[in-house]
Amino acid sequence: MRTEVRTTANMNINKNIAISETGFVFNPLTGDSFNTNRVGQEILRQLQKGASIDDLYKHLTDTFSVDKATAEKDLADFFMVLKSYQILIEV
Amino acid sequence: MAKISYERPVITKLNTGTMNKFGTRTEFAPVTHIDGVSVKKLIADYGSPCFVISERTIRNTYRNAVRAFKTRYPKVQFAWSYKTNYLNAVCNVFHQEGSWAEVVSIFEYEKALRNGVAGEKIIFNGPDKSEEDLIKAVENNSLIHIDHSDELYMLVEVLGKIKKKARVAIRVNMDTGVYPMWDRFGFNYENGTAWATINKIFAHPELELVGLHCHIGTYMLTAHAYSVATSKLCDLAINVKYRYGKNIEYLDLGGGFASANTLKGSYLQGGDIIPTMDDYAEAITSTILNYGFKMDELPTLFLETGRALIDDAGYLLGSVIAIKRLSDGRRATIMDFGVNLLFTSFWYNHRISPAQEISSQTEDMVLYGPLCMNIDVVRESINLPLLNKGDQVVVHRVGAYNMTQWMQFIQMRPRIVMIGMDGTPHVIREKESLDTMLRYERLPEHLEKIG
Ligand SMILES: Cc1ncc(COP(=O)(O)O)c(C=O)c1O
Repeated sequence: MRTEVRTTANMNINKNIAISETGFVFNPLTGDSFNTNRVGQEILRQLQKGASIDDLYKHLTDTFSVDKATAEKDLADFFMVLKSYQILIEV
Repeated sequence: MAKISYERPVITKLNTGTMNKFGTRTEFAPVTHIDGVSVKKLIADYGSPCFVISERTIRNTYRNAVRAFKTRYPKVQFAWSYKTNYLNAVCNVFHQEGSWAEVVSIFEYEKALRNGVAGEKIIFNGPDKSEEDLIKAVENNSLIHIDHSDELYMLVEVLGKIKKKARVAIRVNMDTGVYPMWDRFGFNYENGTAWATINKIFAHPELELVGLHCHIGTYMLTAHAYSVATSKLCDLAINVKYRYGKNIEYLDLGGGFASANTLKGSYLQGGDIIPTMDDYAEAITSTILNYGFKMDELPTLFLETGRALIDDAGYLLGSVIAIKRLSDGRRATIMDFGVNLLFTSFWYNHRISPAQEISSQTEDMVLYGPLCMNIDVVRESINLPLLNKGDQVVVHRVGAYNMTQWMQFIQMRPRIVMIGMDGTPHVIREKESLDTMLRYERLPEHLEKIG
């Protein structure tokens, strides 16, 4: 069974990641738990649905009061952190 | 449909069961005002970064210190330690409150004179006094605290030339149980050098030994060290009385009381571990009172308290220049102030608060200054609410040493503003400009043109 969803050209999200309403995140792969804010939750959910990077930008700029440049910068940064926590997995 | 307000995405790992070595901090409440003046407005009017000093806090802190000592001992005199912060406005608040001046160079000495401090109310400390400096101090009848025997001999020679007498004290260094021992300044108590020097002074009628001085260290975490120091000075004073029949007029216990800043490497917040002013006062005054002086021969207690009287009154306001991610995943925040302005960040973990409403999310980050230099680290690890470019912060307890030890390095030094008792901000030091720097440069003629 595939447990990863393709997100970008070379990164997959671990599909078993559990995200609660309050921003509590659990990674069954490593057993780690995390806390994320509203925007972080939104990004993780979109990634789980298989959103592409472009879908993500659009979703963020449609939903939140943020411009594309800021969203791009913040996403790049957020992805680095997700990778370091093995929530995103490089393929 | 209205869009939801945005905050940059963050995700923080939850560590259960392990102690956070940075200590848990719940001091994230924004500090939006200082003495009722908006931080935003201060930055708009005076620029970022900028230092802010609260006159009210200085006076309150000073009055509390005076209360702690005067309610325990009849004769107490504070002398403001100029090197701690020698901005005239700051010095004059202390002088208005009744403080004398304690200086360690002719530059500070002349600053005190110009501030209107009477010569006989200036204590001249330090190892570097030239012949000219000594003449000036003698003529103004200042208290000369002799640091080494070369100074003693030079002073004797000077007095011979100008046919005057000098009021002197010696600086005594000693073992107070706190290490490393500060034995670099003054004459040692335990090995008898201090007593031998006192005897030399009495051999010179042109020298009048009026006081005994020590400064046992700085940021002293134990009040007990002051009991030890006080009893050693008392011992010398009683011996002077016994041998020469002379009453020592004052004992000067120097500075060294801790401020509530947190030392690097300390797990506990500074405010939770330092002795209070009352603890220090009790240690010193009870030692003198119990030593055996006759009531009418009690020496005046001089104090040269520096950081504990001014740290709390000083703030540094600054702004976020940029945020970035380091290769190891850590968040880095670059501020517009660094070690150039915050010299004390080498040994303190300064408390830093956001100056605007903030999110409930926090993250660990390293705080860098603006200098293009690797040493420019304000905090190696601090947990703060999410900061964005342009956000403003308030650094607390920066009143001591920063505004004297700051460096003009890469950046110029910013304005210093004092908020007066009625809440009016006053610029007490202008910001530097290129002209400030160029005023002292000279170009040889052949280098005036470059092409
Ligand atoms: C002789 C003397 N007195 C007073 C002080 C003030 O010390 P503090 O700021 O620790 O109170 C110093 C500081 O180094 C000093 O050298």
